[in-house]
Amino acid sequence: MTAILFWIFSALMLGFACAVVLNRNPVASALSLVISFVGLAALFVMLNAYFLGVIQVLVYAGAVMVLFLFIIMLLDLKAEERRKMNIGVLAGGVAVAAAFVLQLTTIIGDLPYGSRAFPPLRLDTVQNPGILNDVQNVGRILFSGYNLPFQVVGVLLLVATVGVVVLSKRELK
Amino acid sequence: MELTLDDFLLVSGLLFAIGFAGVLLRRNIIIIFMSLEIMLNAANLSLVAFSRFQVQANGLPNYNGQMLVFFIITVAAAEVAVGLAVIVALYRARQTTHVEDISSLKF
Repeated sequence: MTAILFWIFSALMLGFACAVVLNRNPVASALSLVISFVGLAALFVMLNAYFLGVIQVLVYAGAVMVLFLFIIMLLDLKAEERRKMNIGVLAGGVAVAAAFVLQLTTIIGDLPYGSRAFPPLRLDTVQNPGILNDVQNVGRILFSGYNLPFQVVGVLLLVATVGVVVLSKRELK
Repeated sequence: MELTLDDFLLVSGLLFAIGFAGVLLRRNIIIIFMSLEIMLNAANLSLVAFSRFQVQANGLPNYNGQMLVFFIITVAAAEVAVGLAVIVALYRARQTTHVEDISSLKF
């Protein structure tokens, strides 16, 4: 059952990722991107990373997609007119991506523990008394082991906000 | 059929390849930006898979990988905001989002 769901959501994610690249209309690309990321969030949930699944939907389907759609509509971008593709660029791009996939498929069986099935987690209170849920675990580790990086990321977000305001001013003085 | 770590890594690699091809093939700067997001999320998927497949002694997944994903998502959100502001400023100056029309830094 898990395997079937895995392949369904993977196919959804990869198919809509292809749609992002292949669509000529930027609005359709942005909406395909959201569906692709919702599929990815389902894979996160399948991997018992519930908090990250929720964050993925909130940040990407909520914030990033709205930002992309807002910019596309602000700039009033129409579907791209067909230009003469540079054939060298086209062939080069496809060849590099295909070489990457080829390398991936040859290397994928070599990982020593790669063919191991899901190792069991002990998530219920009978087997593992005093266990916290996923969000509590993430919060505990975030505020103990990763406290300094967390605060640095806060500063980064502040800098990004100030930078965006400065960049969006009508003229730079 | 049992799911293995290899399946997750294969899907993650394919997603990365799609984003990579998008960056190389598309000429619209906004689509290139979306493909960059796809590549970041492919890395996130493999990190979460490694975290789940390395169960610790207390029976929980290895949360260090999930922490890295958390920081990647935060940085990606900041990056999207700044990048789109740059694109808007560029559009104001040049009235185009086509990368071949923006070539004043080209040697």
